[in-house]
Amino acid sequence: MNQSSTRAPRQSGSEPEGTGKFKESVGTRHGYDRFFAVLVFLATMLGLVVLAVLLVDVVVDGIPRILQDPVGFFTNFPSSTPENAGIYPALLGSLWLLGLTALFSVPLGIGAAVYLEEYATDNWLTRLVEVNISNLAGVPSIIYGLLGLGIFVNLLGPITGGKSLLSGALTLALLILPVIIIATREALRSIPKAVREGGYALGATRWEVIRAHLLPMALPGAITGTILALSRAIGETAPLIVVGAATYISFAPSGPLSGYTALPIQVYSWVSQAQADFKIGLTAAGIVVLMAVLLLANSAAIWLRNRTQRQS
Amino acid sequence: MATEAGQGRGSGNSLWKRDSRSRHFRERAVKILLAACAYLSILTTFGIVFVLIFETTGFFREVSIVEFLTATRWSAAFASGEFGVMVLVYATLLTTFIAIAVALPVGLLAAIFLSEYASPRLRRWLKPALEVLAGVPTIVYGYFALTFVTPLLQRTIFPDLQVFNALSAGLVMGIMIIPTIASVSEDAIYAVPRSLREGAYALGATKREAATKVVVPAALSGIVASVILGISRAVGETMIVAVAAGQLAQFGTPLESVQTMTAYIVQVASGETATGTLTYKTIFAVGSTLFVMTFILNIIANMFVRRFREVY
Repeated sequence: MNQSSTRAPRQSGSEPEGTGKFKESVGTRHGYDRFFAVLVFLATMLGLVVLAVLLVDVVVDGIPRILQDPVGFFTNFPSSTPENAGIYPALLGSLWLLGLTALFSVPLGIGAAVYLEEYATDNWLTRLVEVNISNLAGVPSIIYGLLGLGIFVNLLGPITGGKSLLSGALTLALLILPVIIIATREALRSIPKAVREGGYALGATRWEVIRAHLLPMALPGAITGTILALSRAIGETAPLIVVGAATYISFAPSGPLSGYTALPIQVYSWVSQAQADFKIGLTAAGIVVLMAVLLLANSAAIWLRNRTQRQS
Repeated sequence: MATEAGQGRGSGNSLWKRDSRSRHFRERAVKILLAACAYLSILTTFGIVFVLIFETTGFFREVSIVEFLTATRWSAAFASGEFGVMVLVYATLLTTFIAIAVALPVGLLAAIFLSEYASPRLRRWLKPALEVLAGVPTIVYGYFALTFVTPLLQRTIFPDLQVFNALSAGLVMGIMIIPTIASVSEDAIYAVPRSLREGAYALGATKREAATKVVVPAALSGIVASVILGISRAVGETMIVAVAAGQLAQFGTPLESVQTMTAYIVQVASGETATGTLTYKTIFAVGSTLFVMTFILNIIANMFVRRFREVY
């Protein structure tokens, strides 16, 4: 495909008489076309088929384990006997992380987006910040884990409590900040200039216009982006392992400085032992819960967006 | 600047005189606060670079950089301590190569389908559906590779496939990367002006010929960018390889267990490693290597993205 593809456009442009390219009969060429149309369709479907197989596989393996002891699975602590093992501390840890991460990342992300979109002038510093944010979005999550380990766990250990929920949440917050900033900026950018000018014409200051008009109007986009970012945070495993989420824990987290585990960490801990058949059901059950939480978060995002869109 | 103008007007107007000073003060405070949010991202980058450099120089005080880059064995987690990072880099490149071998053809064909063949309605459904593939937590893919793909391959094509192997991890990682390649490529293909397609049709090209010989070459820089972004994601991907490719640092075949850079960091971090020990420093040295690799890849990808934006 490649060697002919680089030549073809130029050739067909400069010398339309060059019929050498079309040796095959029209029928053959249309035959190739039909084959190609099927091929591109199958390629598109491949990913979706694998996704469907993955979901079915997880549900088939995991649902029986949950149904076997539906209450215990959600209220028990991890146990060395898989029949008694539950995800209570992991579920609680994930909810704590979710709340704390949102607490740090949402104001910072929206604030940064408002500054870059509404205040910043086009100078080298602004450009540096912008390039920097898009680069940060491409940094592997495990590197954020190393950042969290070096700064939050060790350097600021006396304040954050070391391997605590707070350290984990701060790490995740930095990880998802670029996503929130980018989504909020796009939402702000789509607001017509007339809204701002109307506000200034009435004597409102820049911040008054932002607070009363721009933020409410940008809200649907910002919320959707934020929830997608947060759902990424819920599913993150690698950075949490590095900043010291425990894989085996026998207490529920009591506060931001407490030690913790989280759903994906719990799944990792079980999957490491999953060669033994009896653990597969348990791992899959954990994954079902994790995916259910993600599905819930994403549905909430869509619902909120539709609701706020109707209002404005 | 505009705030000062607003203040000037305000002080001339008796209606606003009362609180013009507090308004002015609030405007400035808000601006500084928002700017601080935006500049935090630069602080994050500094934090990452500082932590990596600090711990890595500590590491190189004990292990020579020549040994790190040229030795052919890696056993840093053990007392015998050999530090040939190339063993880990090899594993990372091996799994990345397998992943791209899946994601490049599938992603590119899917991009062609979405842009050239799918009806607008189908496209509106398929694009977000494909994006779901990128939203599945990677620990779930790791579970899928280990408990579904590996047994499947063992039963069918490769009877002597090891339980942990680079092949399943790479294949599943390829599925995860499909949306990255498909969506960036699709943006580039979609941006190709209509006139190019019409020119090709006018010369008697079929739909497939127009797509593969005119449109795709015209979108080439965007497609290259998508592939480099895909490579960057594969290099930094952690949980799939940590779960499914194993923890054995060796120059293995795709059918054998290998340990990537990211998997090594996870292995050390999930054990009990005291801060400041040589083992602790190795994860930062490996992390630096990983960071430099993904950073260079992201910069190259951005260069290509800018190029295709400039053309049209």
